[in-house]
Amino acid sequence: MAVAARRLPRYREEVIWWDRIKIPLFYAVLIGWTIVCITPFWLSLVYSLMPKEHVFDMPPKLWPHPFSLDNYRVVVTTFELFPRWLLNSTLIAVVVTIVRTIFCAMGGYAFARLRFPGRNLLFILMLASMMIPPQVTLVPNYLIIAKVFHLLDNLLAVILPGITTAFGVFMMTQFYKSIPVELEEAALIDGANRFQIFFRIILPISRAALITLALFTFQGSWNEFMWPLIVLQTPENFTLPLGLKWFQSEYYTLYSIVLAGSLFNSLPIIIIFFVFQRYFIRSIAVTGLKGV
Amino acid sequence: MSPRLRRKLGEWLTAYVFLSPYLFVFGTFTVFAVGFAFYLSFTKYNLFSPPKWIGFANYTRLLQDEDFIKHALPNTLKYVAVVVPVQTVISLIVAFALDQEIKFRRLFRTLFYVPSVTSSVVISLIFMWMFNKVGAVNSLLKMLGLPSHIDWLNNIHTALPTIMAVNIWSTIGTMMIIFLAALQDIPVTYYEAAMIDGANRFQIFRYITVPLLRPVIFFVVTMGLIGCFQVFDQIYVMTAGGPLGSTLTIAYLIYKNAFQSTTPRMGYASAMAFVLAVMIFVATMLQRRIIETEPYE
Repeated sequence: MAVAARRLPRYREEVIWWDRIKIPLFYAVLIGWTIVCITPFWLSLVYSLMPKEHVFDMPPKLWPHPFSLDNYRVVVTTFELFPRWLLNSTLIAVVVTIVRTIFCAMGGYAFARLRFPGRNLLFILMLASMMIPPQVTLVPNYLIIAKVFHLLDNLLAVILPGITTAFGVFMMTQFYKSIPVELEEAALIDGANRFQIFFRIILPISRAALITLALFTFQGSWNEFMWPLIVLQTPENFTLPLGLKWFQSEYYTLYSIVLAGSLFNSLPIIIIFFVFQRYFIRSIAVTGLKGV
Repeated sequence: MSPRLRRKLGEWLTAYVFLSPYLFVFGTFTVFAVGFAFYLSFTKYNLFSPPKWIGFANYTRLLQDEDFIKHALPNTLKYVAVVVPVQTVISLIVAFALDQEIKFRRLFRTLFYVPSVTSSVVISLIFMWMFNKVGAVNSLLKMLGLPSHIDWLNNIHTALPTIMAVNIWSTIGTMMIIFLAALQDIPVTYYEAAMIDGANRFQIFRYITVPLLRPVIFFVVTMGLIGCFQVFDQIYVMTAGGPLGSTLTIAYLIYKNAFQSTTPRMGYASAMAFVLAVMIFVATMLQRRIIETEPYE
């Protein structure tokens, strides 16, 4: 009691001044950072909705005035390459997402559940391969795509090396290790083979993990820049990020059209993020902590 | 063949069938590619004539390459030295603020993550417009009465810091979420025990929160290091290494040598890539020691 009485005043005094500024201070930090995060997107949206000669009207406008949808009209109708880039990007992202999610689940299942010679060695090699920076394999992979597969300037050049990733297989392995085996054992006793078990039992119950991996894959593929830049060469075959950069360097005076076009790249992924955000947030947190 | 052996062989076969797509990609685009890159790094290869063995010449040439020694190497190191600590500290502060009893926590978290889902190219294009000489940033500075005629991306003193700022801005979302998840995992009882013992808020932060976050800090810093050493997209889009090499980084120089020169230097680019890989590896190991050996009073 005596001890508590001696300590209490000091503790209380300190609490009082800190608690007074604490909540306002944290709100200030959060609101300040919100402004910093959102302003660039808001400004680019506002200026994309104004005629192109107003793109450097300063001080910054927070509302489009004069209003015009011209930039979007140019993007969608006049500039015929643009729909093509949108199509290429969509095609690549959708194919890579579907194929990679299934293949990574298959690989992860093998590592988590099946016994085979070389399993541990392969698993360690896979983990080690995640440490290799992409710059190391850039030159040889370009040569492989060009000289072995003859896929240069073909959308398949972007798809093929992306059909599985070490990260995806690793993530699915960890997931399958965390679910109970009883379900499969019952099916095995009933005489089902591993393929039936995988496609009929395992895939349906791994929905959450598959969605998480699919979202990550879609985001990565949709935004990817360096590899497509190297293997895609004619503007007809560009993906949206490549096309936007190319357009900006060819027509740098038409900046409001660049801003309008950028929205076609950022809006889909932002919408997907808003809809599926619990998957994104959980997976980042989980992979973050699992990676330790 | 006994049924047991048959079952075992069947399982092996099944496993390799399941793994075959991964093994194809891993074997071709990783194992073979790394070996091939290693071989190329000892050769002179310009795509037109077959690779010619030149021993360590590519590696020694790096030391005399002005682009590498005077620009790419110091720029990359500067970039890492500024961006990694700043992004880690800001994301920790933001996560800490979000971990309090705050209203609209989910909304804040969502908004903070938006820059991290947007493509690097789109972010670079938006910031090029904002950092234009007559753009929004200078206009804001003018309103505040500060110098406002800076041509941010065309000035050798401001181009690299501008790219640093863009990258810090766009990566904080991911790191903040990792920190927030870790903060929320710390049991409340630890804080309560420390408070009963008379620890003040700052002591609690210093002696409970930070030590418990140490593995996560290690993870976030590793992610940051890897990303920063490889910075490419923003450089390609915003400055192409200019003005006067002031934003040239190692990753961009690799690309330039291999794919942008009229006589591609594939061997030289590969050698540079291996040096970059070693740098990333050493930096990761070093920071692991620093974070782990910090005294635990």
